[in-house]
Amino acid sequence: MNPPTRESRPPVVSMPQLAAKVLILFVAANLVFAAWTPSGLGRLSLYNRLFPGRERLPFGESPQASYNLSLEDLEAMFASHRISSEQSRPDEYRILVLGDSSVWGALLRPEQTLAAKLADLVPIVCGKRTRVYNLGYPTLSLTKDLLILDRAMRYQPDLVLWPTTLEAFVRENQLASPVVVGNPVYARDVLVRAGLSSPGVGLPTRPSFWAQTFIGRRRALADLIRLQLYGVMWAATGIDQAYPEIYPAAQTDFEADSSFHHESAPPLDETHLAFEVLDAAVRVAGHVPVLVVNEPILISPGTNSQLRYNFYYPRWAFDQFRGLLQQRALASDWEYLDLWNLVPANDFTNTAIHLTPRGESMLAQSLAQSILARGCR
Amino acid sequence: MALGQILVGAALAFLWILIFPRRKRLYFLLTCSVIAVFWFQPGLPIRGLDFWLPFATLAITVATWALTAPAEVRLTRANGVTAAFVVALVLLLGATRYLPAEPLLTAGRPPPLTWLALALAAAGLLAFVAKRGRNPALAMSLTLAALVATLVVLKNPTLAMWADLGLRRLTGQPVTHASIADLQWLGFSYIAFRLMHTIRDRQAGRLPPVDLGEFVTYVVFFPSLVAGPIDRLERFIQDVRGPLPPAQDAVRNGGWRMAIGLFKKFVVADGLALIALNATSAQQVRGAVWAWVLLYAYALRIYFDFSGYTDIAIGLGQWLGVRLPENFDAPYLQPNLTQFWNRWHMTLTQWFRAYVFNPLTRRLRSGARPMPIAATILVTQVVTMLLIGMWHGVTWNFALWGAWHGLGLFAHNRWSDYMRRHDAAPGQSHALHGLRQALGVLLTFNYVALGWVFFALPSPAQSLGFMLKLVGAAG
Repeated sequence: MNPPTRESRPPVVSMPQLAAKVLILFVAANLVFAAWTPSGLGRLSLYNRLFPGRERLPFGESPQASYNLSLEDLEAMFASHRISSEQSRPDEYRILVLGDSSVWGALLRPEQTLAAKLADLVPIVCGKRTRVYNLGYPTLSLTKDLLILDRAMRYQPDLVLWPTTLEAFVRENQLASPVVVGNPVYARDVLVRAGLSSPGVGLPTRPSFWAQTFIGRRRALADLIRLQLYGVMWAATGIDQAYPEIYPAAQTDFEADSSFHHESAPPLDETHLAFEVLDAAVRVAGHVPVLVVNEPILISPGTNSQLRYNFYYPRWAFDQFRGLLQQRALASDWEYLDLWNLVPANDFTNTAIHLTPRGESMLAQSLAQSILARGCR
Repeated sequence: MALGQILVGAALAFLWILIFPRRKRLYFLLTCSVIAVFWFQPGLPIRGLDFWLPFATLAITVATWALTAPAEVRLTRANGVTAAFVVALVLLLGATRYLPAEPLLTAGRPPPLTWLALALAAAGLLAFVAKRGRNPALAMSLTLAALVATLVVLKNPTLAMWADLGLRRLTGQPVTHASIADLQWLGFSYIAFRLMHTIRDRQAGRLPPVDLGEFVTYVVFFPSLVAGPIDRLERFIQDVRGPLPPAQDAVRNGGWRMAIGLFKKFVVADGLALIALNATSAQQVRGAVWAWVLLYAYALRIYFDFSGYTDIAIGLGQWLGVRLPENFDAPYLQPNLTQFWNRWHMTLTQWFRAYVFNPLTRRLRSGARPMPIAATILVTQVVTMLLIGMWHGVTWNFALWGAWHGLGLFAHNRWSDYMRRHDAAPGQSHALHGLRQALGVLLTFNYVALGWVFFALPSPAQSLGFMLKLVGAAG
């Protein structure tokens, strides 16, 4: 046990020289980084190489417990998903499942989600082996789903399944999702390409110079590195979400309140709902069929349930929405399924749209029948 | 130490170098260190404890100085002035209670000044008794015992919980919220070892005479307050009394060292922390390969975290004209366990070598019937490593970690001895020597990494379960 003789390594320049060099290098590195605009940086991923791809897009509010985190870089999100590693093959039938946290699978393990159940129930479609991809992402916004759909079209789907709900149609929710907020230029581009202009008002046409520098992107870069590190834990444990032993059940007793956003009585103002985003999504999907699903909601048996179905919806608003969606589907020739009351109240977990594994199975069985029934259209 | 505290410390040191590098250095160091004792202390749920623990640190330090300093040093006017200065600093910190803003330099609102005055009087009485006692040898032994007992209470979960319950009852706080985390006494493990070193050296007649300001600064020197290294008093005061190195050299070398430390701690170690083994992931991990990945991540994380802090402390010390001792020197690149322990947490192992290993060896090998060499090595290595383990925590797992290393050191010692006597190829080729070294590094790293299982996990049962996972014998 001898004491060390380690000496500090003295640089060969003087302090002012060193400081000046560091400053110049730092500024230069930022300028180069900004000029280079490495938009594809998110595609650099250890997932699907060192680690298996994730079963669902990365999302996590408690990263250390869920080994998952929310980030804004759509490229990085997709690069971590197993969809980005699996090339489309002619003998394969690809189903993309879009949607909110109920599709993503809040409180559900990857094998309990709607996409996983569908993969079990529909192994073959049109004589082809089925691959089902969970592209749901928490937050209720059709525009968010549109962005994900646009990005996912490069994976050559054969069918898009889109369970959604009234809250995702509300106009003020459209640009509020972090996926949209974090990708404003891309969001504007998609909305313009899809023939929508008004929802994109306020979104920038190009990122600011500052936002492109290393400093401006430090958070995104740190998230990208953290996502890769959590890949180790995903591979090691198969866990991508924190599962609390106890969670508050979905609310079933309500005040005598029948308001919905800014409206307190019928009729439901159709202009407050972004139906045009559904139209745009169908256009973005092109020849790929889109099956829109009015997803199951909690029908509360509690206090004032004669006024409200649940925390989100007064009865009048949701009933009118169902009618409007049905009309739109007929008029636009969308493939549409209304499964709003498919799942009993005791198969919801912590919100009016999150299902238990059994609830997911019920929904999956119903959708599987529809998928098989529609044949090879 | 949080990043903000490190940066503030560095900024203060830099300003001091710029403005008055050669004047009142000791008072600058003393002021910063006394304030840091309170400022670095994390907030605690027991009312007032996050003020009283730092206060106790200073009180014990001053009392230990009074106990160990020779009379001719104690009674100087300079020490009286220093004592008054420290008291004034503590009173000033206490007076921040009456400021309208949230406390900046203490974790919580300080206690009323009347309580503080009473506590200062009690501390003064303690110091007075320490220096005027009729039996200083007994007082020193009792102080040593009290320091060890306090460490044991703080580091044993059951005893810490009892102490916490007692304090909660004393302050009228609900006992249902009691937790061993309630008794986080910032830096006490290091402070206690510095104090024990001074007492033992005083008992052995080796302690140099030092002023109160030098002594307090040595014990609570703010760059090494939280995570060491454990300097020696005689070396520390040489730097404090000696001339300062050229400011430019100090800034350059210290700045470089701090930059390395900040990168190691806040980039590498904090990144590895996301995947390092812990009690939860040990249960969740599937498959032996990933279990090893988590374990290696832990091994690297603990190194980069601890050595990063040391680099920061050494760099900051260089700015202040104090060359703190090295604590790590490429430990994971050593070809055997003995060399690993010569380069891992070196100041702690040197402390134990000086105050446990060497005296114990002398005791066992002396007398009419000295213990055989092999048995002596076994006993001394295992006892020393057990104590080093329990310095981290008085639990079965830390004891197992210590025993793992004690037995490993003994095995290496016997193997080295055997090889010295039986190595048939002393003139082996360079390539063969290199291969043996590389294999040694690999084996040593993995032995140390396996030992970290006991360190990272809370119980022997969980450690055993994880060991089984590592060999693929458990799911």
